[in-house]
Formats: sequence, structure tokens, C-alpha cells
Amino acid sequence: MQISEDLIRQITNAVVSQMSQNGQGASSSGSNKAPSMAGRSRINEEKTSYKDYPRARKGTDPKEVVIGVGAAFQKEITKTIGGIPLDDVLRNVKAGIEEEGMIPRVVKILDTSDVCFMALEAAKLSGSGIGVGIQSKGTTVIHQRDLYPLSNLELFPQAPLMTLETYRQIGQNAAKYVKGEQVVPVPCTNDPMSRPRYQVKAALMHIAETEQLDPEVGAVEWEGK
Amino acid sequence: MKRSKRIEALDARPVNLDGYINEWPEMGFIAMNSPYDPKPSVKVEDGRIVELDGKTRDEFDFIDQFIADYAINVDRAAASMAVPSLEIARKIVDIHVSRKEILDLVAGITPAKMAEVLNQLNVVELMMGMQKMRARKVPGNQAHITNLKDDPVQIAADAAEGALRGFSEEETTMGVARYAPLSSMALLIGSQTGRPGVLTQCSAEEATELELGIRGLTTYAETLSVYGTEKVFIDGDDTPYSKAFLNSAYASRGLKVRFSSGSGSEALMGSSEKKSLLYLECRCLYVTKGAGSQGTQNGSVSCIGVTGSVPAGIREVLSENLVAALLGLECASSNDQSFSNSDMRRTARTMLEFLPGTDFIFSGYAAEPNYDNMFAGSNFDAEDFDDYNVLQRDMQVDGGLKPVSEEDVIRVRNKAARAVQAVFRNLNLAPVSDEQVEAVTYAHGSKDTLPRDVTADLAAAEDVLKRGITGVDVVRALAETGFEDIAASVLNMLKQRVAGDYMQTAAILDRNFHVLSGVNTPNDYMGPGSGYRVSGERWEEIKNIPHIINPQDI
Repeated sequence: MQISEDLIRQITNAVVSQMSQNGQGASSSGSNKAPSMAGRSRINEEKTSYKDYPRARKGTDPKEVVIGVGAAFQKEITKTIGGIPLDDVLRNVKAGIEEEGMIPRVVKILDTSDVCFMALEAAKLSGSGIGVGIQSKGTTVIHQRDLYPLSNLELFPQAPLMTLETYRQIGQNAAKYVKGEQVVPVPCTNDPMSRPRYQVKAALMHIAETEQLDPEVGAVEWEGK
Repeated sequence: MKRSKRIEALDARPVNLDGYINEWPEMGFIAMNSPYDPKPSVKVEDGRIVELDGKTRDEFDFIDQFIADYAINVDRAAASMAVPSLEIARKIVDIHVSRKEILDLVAGITPAKMAEVLNQLNVVELMMGMQKMRARKVPGNQAHITNLKDDPVQIAADAAEGALRGFSEEETTMGVARYAPLSSMALLIGSQTGRPGVLTQCSAEEATELELGIRGLTTYAETLSVYGTEKVFIDGDDTPYSKAFLNSAYASRGLKVRFSSGSGSEALMGSSEKKSLLYLECRCLYVTKGAGSQGTQNGSVSCIGVTGSVPAGIREVLSENLVAALLGLECASSNDQSFSNSDMRRTARTMLEFLPGTDFIFSGYAAEPNYDNMFAGSNFDAEDFDDYNVLQRDMQVDGGLKPVSEEDVIRVRNKAARAVQAVFRNLNLAPVSDEQVEAVTYAHGSKDTLPRDVTADLAAAEDVLKRGITGVDVVRALAETGFEDIAASVLNMLKQRVAGDYMQTAAILDRNFHVLSGVNTPNDYMGPGSGYRVSGERWEEIKNIPHIINPQDI
């Protein structure tokens, strides 16, 4: 079974999206239509195997920026928490890197779903030492291989607010760090109401990502999957 | 289906924008009592706990072991565990049983027993418990001071205004982490401009935060996070032992520090081990106590979107605050994160800590408009100041704030902005223009201020670290630029670290730098006629809100 927006919506009973449906099977107050998940211990019964994928190698090209994506990326999860297709997210980050004359490489991180550690792992695999970590829900970090794990160059914690333009700028900035330029961080955005609206959904997407981890495989090449 | 206009109107209410989820114990989405929570048990052999909540020592994970070795009073364990949970719960709300007696009794119970006790209490009883068990006699409040541009001048101005309004502690953080040294300096200067004695901290990556503290650019720390399952601890690259070590590092330099936890983080990280939110938070608090911390920031905190989404979630939040107080810890009781789209729901949630009073009712009230709150939004913000002041007046409750005059607000904001301008110039950091000082003085938020030269700011921030600038340099710069009074206050804050008195449980400082803590001003509530009552000068202050009708104008 694939996790989809619909499943999450069922589980969370997220009225947010249903309000726009103008009555077409929308939530009506008082009748809880979300199924009980009690007794189940996974969101997706199946786990994808990455045994046959080539293991991620350590790059040597000083122009390289490695993008480390989450375990469920483009598989069990296909859109960010804000509904942006992950194919487009990846395309834009890569385009941003290329526009600045650097070379992107994509790996899938299977040892951790923590975005800081994902980004740091990407940075350590990167020939330049600069890496980008992207969780399947869209949360993104730009990291450098010699920083503390929970430190970073730039962090974009509010995934629901991300746009394709932001992802492109993230790619550009990552490339600029490689070139040693003075980088103006991508301006922060902030929506104080995104927590009440999205946090449970974020938790469920994180579970769906975490249950796909396979630390024994570690990280695999994900370019042009 | 033809739709009911009534139901359509209800569906459109803000409360229905919030996320809700059914109980799902297997994934940790259950508030107080999971069928998988362990049954309380303890066995002591040769002065050592060999069985804890159904697990023998060889089955312990590192959290169990830490709790067994450091967080439970072994001498009391057998006797305390023999008291039925219902009886302990009744003692908590019994005005004839003192706080001290409860602390002694509870010191011998296990986390599972603690959760069982809390399950006996409804929200009103939980509030009664908190009114008695809070460590410090007088409740307090803490502010968040941040902005979207990480503008240090605005940080200083908002810190000054926040201090003037009554906050005892102020916390900042950054959108761009590398701003931390400038943010810390600005917060330190601004806070002392508004009211001498306000404590300040900068929430940053742990090593950076420690360094800023050691240099005297902050005066306390709060972001020592602990978790209720081993997996989440490890994901954070930590153990209870490493947190205890970090705690000692702060203590060695005389800095006040509190830990941070809060239900929901384990479920959010997908590693709840099927346990209830309350039971896992009990484990966090036992680790906090075992590590020797004087206090905690808890109450779901940044995971309130998870805890708030399950049935009885808000009852659970107050329960975990009370557990902290029962363990004798200072409790900064959250309310610091945007929680609901509904004004009714977010206010009701805060009343549970506001009415009984906690050591810090908010561990981050946004003293700026929420769009500028870089903790992703607080439950109350600068636009709620008057509402909050009226709530204090309506109920004769001390929520830690007071009404202020517009003249005073403008005066302290301007002085703080000018002080930062002068210090930055004196230390040869990033320039601050007069236009910027002016804009920040009269601003509500960063939409009203001028853009900063981010590159120059970040270079200056790096410079602060490279050149080894400390709190003493800030004192000197203030003194040399004509801000002797602020210089004296900052110096006094640095002196606190030599005296160390403010490391006692729930300590804050008054404007004369006298410590008020759970040790020298303990909560002595034992029913009507005892404990802290709003009266005298403080009541006059609370009553004095703006917009009062003058009968002579009629």
C-alpha cells in the first residue's frame, strides 16, 4: 500500500483540505469518519528494499553538491506536506545548483530520517563538502561536512511554506557555498499557524519515512531513479 | 448531499483548521494511559534499584538505568511505592498536606507510578496541585524576543519593552543560526535597558549556546533537550549522561540552566515504543532530575500540535507540568508555541497554567507580533498584551505582566536601540544607522523596520567569536559610550555567576539583583489564607490598564 495524501487525510481527519471540497463528502461535524488505526504498527505494510541499488560513494569532484533525500522520497511519498510533487522539488534544487555552475548528485539516505543528520551525511559524501538534506515532507537543510550535526548553513524548518522558487534558491545557495562566495541566506518565512494545522500530518509523514529506513544499506545512489 | 447552512458555518470556524487524530497507542498518539504503559514496580537490593516498572536491571535501556541510579530516592522507594496512587493523588489536592510532605513522598516513586497518580486527577485537581506544588512563591513569565530579519536592533528594542512589561526571562533564537553572537549581545543590552535583572538566553546549537554562555553574552540556558525513548535520544546524538555533563559545564561557570522536554517529540520522531505521551514525559523529567538540573521547560512545547491533537491532550499537558513540580523542579510551563487557530481554544489551554500560576507561565510569550516569532509562533503574542493584562485584572491573578504607558515603551525602545548602535560602533561591528534606530523605536514588528546588510552582520557575528568578545567587553563599550547605567546592570548580571545564588531552583532576579527562588521564597500554599495572594502595590499595577472610563468625561 502506498501512502498518499488521501490516507493521511483519512487518518488525521484534516478538515483543512476538506473545506475546499464544498460539501462533496466533506467532513461533517459529529460524524468521525477517520478509521481507527489501533492495533496497527505501520502506515505502509510493505517496506521497499534497496539492496540492489548501488551504494552511495564518496565523491571527489570539488564542484559536486550532494542532495540526500529521505527514505520514502519519490516512493511511498510523492508530494511534500504542502502538496508540491517531489519530482519538481528535486528538479528545482538540481537546476539551482547547475545554474551556479556546480554539479548535483542525488543519494537516498537510509540510516536516518533526521534532516540535520541526512544533510550532514550528504555533505560528507559530497566532493565539495557541501550537502543538502531533503525530507519527503519537504523540510530542507544545507550542511557542510565539518559542522556539528545540529548546526547548519541554512535550515528551512517550515515545510508547508516552501515553494519551488525556494527550492531553486536553496540549490543556488548550496552551490555558492561551494564557490566560497559571500552568501545571502534565503530569506526566512514564518507562519505561526502552520503547527496546529500541519504538525500531526508531519508526524505521520515522518513515521512513513522512518519505517522505510534500512541502516544496513546506508545510503544509495538515487540519480535518475 | 444538500448541506446544512448551520454545519457549513461550523465547518468554517477556525477551530476546524486544527489537526485532530484518533488515539493510536501503537504509534504513541495517546495522552495519559497507553495499554502498553508498564505497571509500576520497584525492587531494591543492596541499596540499588534492580527492578524498575516491570523491567529487571539486565533489561534496562540507558534511560531506565539513569533513572534507577540517579532519579529515585532509594531509601524511600519501598515505602512510597506502597502508598496507593489514589492516596498520593488525594494528598496532592489536600490543603492540609504540605508541599514538602508531597515532595518527600513522591521522591520514592517510579515514572510509571507517577503516571498512574496523575491519571487520578481531573484538570481542576491538576490546577489545585500546581497551585501548591509550584516551587517559587510568586509566579513568573518568560518572553520570546525574535524577528524575521534577525535584526539585532529590533531584538534590543523588543527586549527592553518586554522587560518593562514584566518578563523575568527573555529568550531569543535566529532564523539564520550564525546571527547568534549578535542576537545574544542585543538581547543582553536590551533586557537590562528595560528592567535591570532580567535573565537572557539564546537558543542555538548546543556547543554555540554553551560558548555564548561561558563568554557572558547570555545569563542562562534552557535548550538542553531530553527525550523519553532511547532511540530519540540517540538520534539527537545524545544520552542522559552527555546531558548531565553539559549541565555541569554550565554549572562550572555559574550559569543558571534548565532542561527542556515535552510530550509528543517521541511520537513525532516515530519512536514512542507504544507508550503514552505522559509516561514518556515522566521519563524525561526523571532524567532531568537525575542529571541534577534545577528545572525544566515542559508542557509539550514545540510538539503541542501532536499532543493537542489527541483526546485529553491538554489535560496531559498540565499533567506533565505538575509532574515537574512534583519532582521539585522549576517548571517553565510552555504555552510558547502556536497551538490553535481558535482564539477560544488557545486561551483555554493557557488558563490551566495561568490560574494556578507556574514558575514561568509561558516559556516564551512572543513579545513581538507572531509573524516575527522565530520559534514558529507562540500561543500569545505582542498583540495579545492588553488581553492578557485584562485577564489578570478580571481574575485578580498575577500572570507576571503589567500595563505600560506608550511614552515608556518608546523611551526604552529608543534607548536600547541607541545602546546597541553605540556598542556595535565601539566594538567595530556592523553599523547601525540613525534611521534604523528611529524605525525600530516606533516599530511593531520587522515589517516596520529597515533591511539589514546581512552579509556585514554575519561577518560581524563571526568576528565576535573570532576576537573572543565577552560580556565584559560589552560592559566596557556601554560605559565608554555614555550608557553607564546599562553597563552597571550588565556587569551586575555577570557578577551573579560568581555568587551563584541564581542557580537555585526557580530563581529570578528583582531590579536590585536580589534572587527570588524556590529556596529563599518558597511556595507555602496550604489553602485559603496562605500562599501568594495578589495585593498591595502589585494589585494596583495590575488594575491600572489603559482605556478606563473617566466618569468625569461623561
